[in-house]
Amino acid sequence: MAIDFLYPLYEVVRDPQRCICCRACERQCANEVHHYDVDFGCMMSDESKCVACHRCVSLCPTRALKIVKTDHTFKENENWTGKTISEVYRQAGTGGVLLSSMGNPEPYPIYWDKLLINASQVTNPSIDPLREPMETFTTLGAKPQAIERDENGDLVDNMPPQLTLNVPVMFSAMSYGSISYNAHASLARAATALGTYYNTGEGGLHQDFYAYGEHTIVQVASGRFGVHADYLNAGAAVEIKMGQGAKPGIGGHLPGIKVGEDISRTRMIPEGTDAISPAPHHDIYSIEDLRQLVYSIKEATHYKKPVIVKIAAVHNVAAIASGIARSGADIIAIDGFRGGTGAAPTRIRDNVGIPIELALAAVDQRLREEGIRDRVSVVIGGSVRSSSDLVKAIALGADAVYIGTAALLALGCHLCRSCQTGKCNWGIATQRPDLVRRLNPDIGEKRLVNLITSWDHELKEMMGGMGINSIEALRGNRLMLRGVGLTQKELDILGVKHAGE
Amino acid sequence: MRREGYEHIPSGCAISGIFSRSGEAIGGETIIRSIEPMHDRSNGLGGGFAGYGIYPQYKDYYAFHLFYDDSAAKEACEAYLSRYFETVACGKIPTRRTPSITGEPLIWRYFLAPLPHALSDSQLDEREYVVRRVLHVNANIEGAYVFSSGKNMGVFKAVGFPEDVGRYYRLEEYAGYCWTAHGRYPTNTPGWWGGAHPFALLDCAVVHNGEISSYDANRRFIEMFGYACTLKTDTEAITYILDYLVRKRRLTLEEAAGVIAAPFWQTIEAMPEPRRTRAAYLRKAFPSLLVTGPFSILVGFEGGLMALNDRLKLRSMVVGERGDRVYVASEECAIRAVEPELDRLWSPGGGQSVVVTLDRKGGA
Repeated sequence: MAIDFLYPLYEVVRDPQRCICCRACERQCANEVHHYDVDFGCMMSDESKCVACHRCVSLCPTRALKIVKTDHTFKENENWTGKTISEVYRQAGTGGVLLSSMGNPEPYPIYWDKLLINASQVTNPSIDPLREPMETFTTLGAKPQAIERDENGDLVDNMPPQLTLNVPVMFSAMSYGSISYNAHASLARAATALGTYYNTGEGGLHQDFYAYGEHTIVQVASGRFGVHADYLNAGAAVEIKMGQGAKPGIGGHLPGIKVGEDISRTRMIPEGTDAISPAPHHDIYSIEDLRQLVYSIKEATHYKKPVIVKIAAVHNVAAIASGIARSGADIIAIDGFRGGTGAAPTRIRDNVGIPIELALAAVDQRLREEGIRDRVSVVIGGSVRSSSDLVKAIALGADAVYIGTAALLALGCHLCRSCQTGKCNWGIATQRPDLVRRLNPDIGEKRLVNLITSWDHELKEMMGGMGINSIEALRGNRLMLRGVGLTQKELDILGVKHAGE
Repeated sequence: MRREGYEHIPSGCAISGIFSRSGEAIGGETIIRSIEPMHDRSNGLGGGFAGYGIYPQYKDYYAFHLFYDDSAAKEACEAYLSRYFETVACGKIPTRRTPSITGEPLIWRYFLAPLPHALSDSQLDEREYVVRRVLHVNANIEGAYVFSSGKNMGVFKAVGFPEDVGRYYRLEEYAGYCWTAHGRYPTNTPGWWGGAHPFALLDCAVVHNGEISSYDANRRFIEMFGYACTLKTDTEAITYILDYLVRKRRLTLEEAAGVIAAPFWQTIEAMPEPRRTRAAYLRKAFPSLLVTGPFSILVGFEGGLMALNDRLKLRSMVVGERGDRVYVASEECAIRAVEPELDRLWSPGGGQSVVVTLDRKGGA
């Protein structure tokens, strides 16, 4: 129907003077935007299919292409924006739930950008990381609750199982299925090279990647895809996924089109079937049930691996985290509402959950008030975009962070937010062999290592500036932060003073 | 300007300590002469001393030293203390009029014994019982401040240069086997007497020169265990950390030093077993009690003294020995002033604790 026609949001601008009709753009675009018109002897575009992923732009040998936001507009209306009107048309036309990918793009406050970091002047020397040791190594897990000594009075090593991170950044859960084999290979190899961890997500672990087990966190989600005893014991830690920041309250979605032979085998589900995880774990309807699952996993892994419980940041996150800390979990992972996803209902992605900065501050403070902060480590994600976000997260109280979106960007993702279509031109969020081949794991690994190495350098520079030479001394050190442009209530929740105070 | 305790106050400082291994009583004037040459390391906004073995006649009682803003605070505090302790002796701490020392609060001293029934009802061990009373007074009784609470030891402190503070308190009338001293150079302070150092809890008295960059990480961790950092000073936080590690978690002082000034991981990696495992264990078990930034501290305790530098040694500290005497100070001049001839003089490395104890327990 004519009502359903929506003018494309982005236009492909092609400079005819530069275009040599090499048709590279046509070959590169899985969305079939470009085609060669034999009659006119030139390249044509169908903008309605364009997702603004920039694959064609990046590979055009003559820089003939650019993607621009359209100036086509509805009559201006602050309440009924063009986006809102278009969404009504789409739903009226299809009767379907709006689907989106990656993190919440709406203009909510980004608290990272309203926090400023301290530096030493005069009374306390800054420390030069080029000339002095600067430690970003950290361990995650419960700390011993009692000091034990043997008959000679020597300390007994009763340390619960720990994850050891050379840098306080891990790659967050992204399943094999939602992302490609080559993306997983890049993450697994980079985590190994960096001395940190990547996370399988809920899609099981491909047989080829068992080799990277020492740097792998295996996830158990409500669908239990690909979960078996060898899987649980293959990783360095087991993560129970209770929730995800992009879609709190619902389970994972993998469309059947992405479930090919390999994914089918890894997930232990039939080829071509949709893999829809239940919204809750059907064996966890309450906190005491969580405790049973935590201990079931500990039994299955002989108490040798820390258990992580991952939750989405929701309104009463502090109380939930306190319950988890008492459930036997070694690490709590909290995912903020800007966290990414391969597919989520748009309304949920854009309206459910709370900012990770506030959730982290509230959880860390609550665990301290209850005297149980050293029983668990706290890992946060969703979204940490840079080393300065990382510094702020640790100063607010995180032990380490998970990054997902930033890692995918390093692999070439251009945040077109169309993962759910399975046609990722960058070979990341797709299972089409011709597209997957575009991501070279050797290069992917290198770029991930580069990214984290550069963040680590920047982290060390900022720590040194504060006169801190170990990441432990930054953790929860909120005096190193000041807020700008925040209300007293926001400052109170973050537990920081305003700049100038 | 608000009273101390509302914000974190950085400061530079001078410290000095003298210890007699044989337990010989050293007169208080000696420690004054030691700290005096380091006059320029203080700015007149705080000085103080701790003496050990100074109350032999009352050595079995907790010696509480208190500052009161006014008599109402004194009455409230005494009423509180009387519910928990029997007062064996009490009185004003003798002072000498000194022109440069002004703004004196009421300064009182009590020798206390826990009331046996109250102690048993509390189901706490005796030292924890005393600590809770001290923390309660300091956090909750307006205008009252317990600045010394150990047995057979005492802290004396005020706003002023340390040598003036020592003479004000007539320290020449006391003698003990160990003394520590502190001259303060705070960058800002409203000049409250309680904010001077040493900072003490039970028999543990800490003097500290430095500004720790890990302060809020340490504070927020230690406050989980019932400590309230009311002064917002580094010394207070370090004292509570030591109390927690040594008294509550029963680590040795050397082990506690391995937490506070933990070796770098690269150093730990190079250690032979079983030292490596032990060092790594302590770091992993108490990561939030690692103290970074510059500090040199002297920790006095019953029968001993520990000196410790931060792991990069960002503050000067030297140790001298002569016969049974051990001297520790920010500068060598403080040692030479009282002992020109030394058998040995060295500068301990960053993070290397120096612990000296009495040759025989209770030698004082």
